[in-house]
Amino acid sequence: MDLTTQYMGLELKHPVLASASPLSKTLAGIKRLEDGGASAIVLLSLFEEQLAHDSLALDYFLSVGTDSYNEALSYFPEASSYEVGPDKYLDLISGAKSNCTVPIIASLNGISRGGWTDYATLIEQAGADGIELNMYYLPTNTSITGAEIEQRYLDTLSDVLAAVKIPVAIKLSPYFSSTANIASQMAREGARGLVLFNRFYQPDFDLEKLEVVPSLELSRSYDMRLPLHWAAILYGHVPVDMAITSGVHTHLDVLKCMMAGASVVEIASELLHNGPGRAQEIVDAMASWMAEFEYESVRQMQGSMSQIKCPDPSAFERANYMKVLQSFQTAAIR
Amino acid sequence: MRRQVTIDGNEATTYVAYRTNEVMTIYPITPSSTMGELADAWQAVGEKNLWGTVPLVQEMQSEGGAAGAVHGALQAGALTTTFTASQGLLLMIPNMFKIAGELTSTVFHVAARCIATHALSIFGDHSDIMAARSTGWAILFSDSVQEAMDFALISQSATLRARVPFIHAFDGFRTSHEVRKIEELTIDDIRAMIPQEQIHAHRSRALSPDRPVMRGSAQNPDVFFQAREACNSYYSAVPGIVEEEMNKFAAITGRQYHLFDYFGAPDAQKVIILMGSGAETVEETSAILNEAGDSTGVVVGRLFRPFSVEHLLKALPASVRSIAVLDRTKEPGAVGEPMYQDVITAISEGLSAGTAPFTSMPKVIGGRYGLSSKEFTPAMVKAIYDELGKAKPINHFSVGITDDVTHLSLPVDATFSIEPPDVVRAIFWGLGSDGTVGANKNSIKIIGEETPNYAQGYFVYDSKKSGSMTVSHLRFGPRPIRSPYLIQSSNFVAVHQYEFLDRYPVLDTAAEGAIVLLNSPFDKDSVWATLPRPIQQIVIDRKLKLFVIDALEVARKTGMGGRINGIMQTCFFALSNVMPRDEAIERIKYAIKKSYGKRGEKVVQQNYRAVDETLENLYEVTTPFQITSDRELTASALVGASDFVRNVTAEIIAGRGDNLPVSAMPVDGTFPTGTAAWEKRNIAVDVPVWEEDLCIQCGKCVLVCPHSVIRAKVATPAALENAPEGFKTAPAKWREFGDSRYTLQVAVEDCTGCTLCVEVCPAKDKSHAGRKALNMAPQRPLRETGARDWDYFLGLKDIESSSQLIRFNTIKNAQLLQPLFEFSGACSGCGETPYIKLVTQLFGDRTVIANATGCSSIYGGNLPTTPYTRNSAGRGPAWANSLFEDNAEFGLGIRISLDMQTEFANQLLASQRDTVGAELADSILNANQSDDAGIAAQRERIESLKKALTARDTPEARDLLALVDLLARKTVWIIGGDGWAYDIGYGGLDHVLASGKKVKVLVLDTEVYSNTGGQASKSTSRGAVAKFAAGGKASAKKDLGMMAMAYRNVYVAQIAVGADDAQTLKAIREAEAYDGPAIVIAYSHCIAHGIDMSKGLSQQKLAVDSGAWMLYRYDPRRAEEGKNPLQIDSKAGSIPLADYLYSEMRYQMLRQSNPDAAAVLLEFAREDVANRWQEYSTKAAPWPEPAAAQ
Repeated sequence: MDLTTQYMGLELKHPVLASASPLSKTLAGIKRLEDGGASAIVLLSLFEEQLAHDSLALDYFLSVGTDSYNEALSYFPEASSYEVGPDKYLDLISGAKSNCTVPIIASLNGISRGGWTDYATLIEQAGADGIELNMYYLPTNTSITGAEIEQRYLDTLSDVLAAVKIPVAIKLSPYFSSTANIASQMAREGARGLVLFNRFYQPDFDLEKLEVVPSLELSRSYDMRLPLHWAAILYGHVPVDMAITSGVHTHLDVLKCMMAGASVVEIASELLHNGPGRAQEIVDAMASWMAEFEYESVRQMQGSMSQIKCPDPSAFERANYMKVLQSFQTAAIR
Repeated sequence: MRRQVTIDGNEATTYVAYRTNEVMTIYPITPSSTMGELADAWQAVGEKNLWGTVPLVQEMQSEGGAAGAVHGALQAGALTTTFTASQGLLLMIPNMFKIAGELTSTVFHVAARCIATHALSIFGDHSDIMAARSTGWAILFSDSVQEAMDFALISQSATLRARVPFIHAFDGFRTSHEVRKIEELTIDDIRAMIPQEQIHAHRSRALSPDRPVMRGSAQNPDVFFQAREACNSYYSAVPGIVEEEMNKFAAITGRQYHLFDYFGAPDAQKVIILMGSGAETVEETSAILNEAGDSTGVVVGRLFRPFSVEHLLKALPASVRSIAVLDRTKEPGAVGEPMYQDVITAISEGLSAGTAPFTSMPKVIGGRYGLSSKEFTPAMVKAIYDELGKAKPINHFSVGITDDVTHLSLPVDATFSIEPPDVVRAIFWGLGSDGTVGANKNSIKIIGEETPNYAQGYFVYDSKKSGSMTVSHLRFGPRPIRSPYLIQSSNFVAVHQYEFLDRYPVLDTAAEGAIVLLNSPFDKDSVWATLPRPIQQIVIDRKLKLFVIDALEVARKTGMGGRINGIMQTCFFALSNVMPRDEAIERIKYAIKKSYGKRGEKVVQQNYRAVDETLENLYEVTTPFQITSDRELTASALVGASDFVRNVTAEIIAGRGDNLPVSAMPVDGTFPTGTAAWEKRNIAVDVPVWEEDLCIQCGKCVLVCPHSVIRAKVATPAALENAPEGFKTAPAKWREFGDSRYTLQVAVEDCTGCTLCVEVCPAKDKSHAGRKALNMAPQRPLRETGARDWDYFLGLKDIESSSQLIRFNTIKNAQLLQPLFEFSGACSGCGETPYIKLVTQLFGDRTVIANATGCSSIYGGNLPTTPYTRNSAGRGPAWANSLFEDNAEFGLGIRISLDMQTEFANQLLASQRDTVGAELADSILNANQSDDAGIAAQRERIESLKKALTARDTPEARDLLALVDLLARKTVWIIGGDGWAYDIGYGGLDHVLASGKKVKVLVLDTEVYSNTGGQASKSTSRGAVAKFAAGGKASAKKDLGMMAMAYRNVYVAQIAVGADDAQTLKAIREAEAYDGPAIVIAYSHCIAHGIDMSKGLSQQKLAVDSGAWMLYRYDPRRAEEGKNPLQIDSKAGSIPLADYLYSEMRYQMLRQSNPDAAAVLLEFAREDVANRWQEYSTKAAPWPEPAAAQ
């Protein structure tokens, strides 16, 4: 059984990757993910904001109250150095490269143009096999247009591509006016992978305290529908490898993703729930299913259910939406 | 080639001490703490000494402990030192006698500081050194930062040769904290001075079981005396040895010192003799006077003990006719101060022996100067020389003050100045929080180390921990700067806070033509009209050049918040022409990179941006300089203030304390309370505003306010009839108060803007969740109405603690009580003061407070004012601070004294029962004073008794009258921080708790020495970074509560108001009510934790929720009821420990500086918490019912 696949130009032994999660925060965790069977590992994101925040917080708290009162001109001893830059993350990359055989994909989550390119260069120098750009940008400013946001994404991608030679994937938001168009532009710009999709932070409310509280729910299989849908639509139209993330929990989920046209899946919630060894279990179950249904390879099925290859292309379009609504009404009447 | 470095005296000293010792035992005390901190920091990064080993730096529990450990380390042969000052040196004295008696080589480096007498003072004088002069130690005095480095080495080399231990002393603050450009000794210089064979000899005398001896014997009358004399030859040799070492040092470095150095005219007739930093001022002034034709000189004493008569006489010119000997100390009752007496004796001996350079006794007068860092200026020096020229000069004079009582002070011509014209003399007025001092320290380094110029910096701070003002005095010039006094005439003045123009004499020192740089919210065209009239007048009269920048706006735009330091520093370089602009900016950026680089690139870039955007926002004011303003400088209204407040307190507040004469001061250090209310510092940018419609009247804001600026009262509608327009009230939500109204008011002029009240407020607008019953709003527009409303509010009647209407066992009720602790200078958002305030609300009218030295004694008792105050009946806490180490004993003494006198009063009353009336006497003698109502009733009876006694007017009646107030119950609260309770005062605290006496102890536990700048105490938790624990504290926090519980008869509680305010109130009330000793340990968030102080209460909750800080009460009374005395009031960790720890920089910075160590210590810390819970849970298990037990 040939489970191999290609993603971002990287040859992988199977399509199940470990997605960016707390599991890839330490070298020991990365090793567990490799031992658990992941074919490549996307590291936990390097957050430019976090680095800036750490740096400013350190400076603030070491400075506050100093040189104000003559018995206490400072409140802390100065250490010879602090881990406030990307060094720890870069060490993690080089450590992972030295200790693992699977490809290591760094994840970069940034806000400023300078930050993206500087860190991308450092990540490449540290030995990463690829970079996943996580463009987590939530436009709350009412004066910014959709076109401006798209241009910002493209500019950032362009900057990073100019700075590094390793393949770059981009993790997209599902909330573009024209997802197909922006995906296509990304591919034209030189992205080697599209990761579908980013899961936005959506806070919750505490009704008694009248407070907004941070909340992060792990994904469920249902969450896969949206990326599955878009992978099927984009496949064959956009010349780029696709990864589906969000909601991939079982071998059946993986098979669906492959058939929609994804090259790989990135799994996090399932591994967090059931341990890194779950990756190999999914791959094994997938192989069994493929044997049972007489598939020879993953590549054979990739895109088989995409819009351009499926028996009913309208199933991915508005007509299908109408059908769904009608079926709901029918069910309700019954 | 030796490096030129710009450092302060503490660093200069430690540089040598660290390299020439193997063991350092340390304990923090101002102004010497920095030396221990540097040593600890250097050893933490593996810095090596002369012999290639990393010295061992050991923090001790007190200076007494440090001295004991030094003694032991020396006995075992290690080269050992310590650093201290003031009371610390006094605590070392017993060991110092021993160390000297055993002829042991060591040097103690002392930043000489005032000893507490009528008051504590952290500032410099020689009273500590003089108190130690009989210990048998050699005393070598440095005059300056350079000498501090040089003499640290000379004393070290001399002690090894002489075997006599040395105190190396220099002036606290003036030298210890003055930054100067000096020549750094090289390692080779140091090595060349330290004799290897003497080190071997030192080691050979060590105790060793391989060559056993005994030391420290007890001796009898037969031989002790002879044995004491046996050391004489060693002392005789010391002056010669020091002289030789000075000569050797001169051969190496080119700097020649003598035991007594003479400077001045070879034929001087008038000579001043002194030691310490003031000597440079005299040298400078003498030279100027001689240039003008006078004939003066100065003898600078270096080696004070052993006192070499021979060397002093050799230093004096034969021409001398009159001598003034200056002592920076006071020895009441002595013939004269120590140096004066020694000089008189020396000259007398010299004349008798024929070794004096003159044949007749010159006039010798003694004088005192510079106590507690009082300025010692060239004008004062001139006054002394002038006095020496008189036929009958004043002996035992003082200079620098006005003594209008004993008329001993010399008149000083304040206009006399010798500031050289080629020196840049810049004064910067800033806030502590705006970073002014830090930037100026950088400027000194830039100029001192990057240009051929010499540099000097000295920094003056006020005594407040919130809204503090700083004044930086910087001098730069082509020649070495030797002016150890504040700038008298400045050619550059920077005012970093516009508001200072109205409050402080910022331009008083401005010389003609000086540049004035003002940080102003007004632009160059409009600023002139906004200046107060006196400022405009000075600008015009002295032809000043005025420049403005809106630095706060530049800081805001560049993300620097309120830190305008780099911006103002850039302006200084641009305007002062100390160096070319572009080069200056390059150097500033280099300094930024050096200072902040390791904190991250983002910080560096932000600072760069601020610098880059500065100059385009800097403008010269070119509007015509004419008087257009009629606004005078702000003066407090002082309506209703006492004469003392008006004439003394207000003058100190206004910065004119130096002008107060001796007659203005209390003779015994006794001051009135209730004075903080007169300060009206107006330091808050934003203050809370009450929304009466939303308020649920819970009282939490009143409880947590660290400065007692937010208060509640309930008043009848009739009482509110004359309320000012807009005075807010709401129907009182108490059944007991009927139709009365509740009002919550804010003292906007006293508020520090900490926002704790807003944070704790639970009431939110249901239509606008971001709006609470308290919201912050700009203070300036609220100032006048706020002050008016506050004054009216104060006039409303306070509820009395004896009221029977409500019980004060809930926060809501208790917070109607008047706080008798208000407007302290504690940090904005202080975590300690709410506890003190609560104690004063509940029991303040009957409390005597014994307060350990530390933060609480500074915000509680540092002049100009005290926050302790009185109620309308004139009662309130009586407060005193004895020492750091003895506070529990001090409190116990107060307790037993009150008990004894009460007993005597009872006895007197019983004996006069029939004459004062049996019914009255019996009701007093048998009174139930277990609650406030009982105490109030007793006070009324005492008033009747007073009348009866006054009417009788017999000797017995007068005896009783003198004690009669003691018949009403009095409470003693012993208050202090963890440095006191866990460390230096623990032995005494333990003893006092064991005494069974009815004392109440409040430990304000910040888990660190907060007042001296964050050194680790035994309360510091494992894994926290603190000074003296730079690598994270490796051991667990001491469990003080458990230790106290071991006595079984001590009430013990651990509280955290931010986590459970009801438990806090309950514990404090139970502690007070318990008929025996009680200790309450209160979690106090602190600026030294590295937290956002506005979130202090949340941090307390995190500490409790994580299990790191347990809440419990141990009440021995429960045991009498067959119940387990221990009740745990919090739950085991509901959040991970790491969530609490890493929300505070004290823990987080270890994770950032040494993550591996942080991970290990976190695991240990988890174990600490788990183990503690296990122990407490086991101990708190319910006791079996008596029947079940059978």
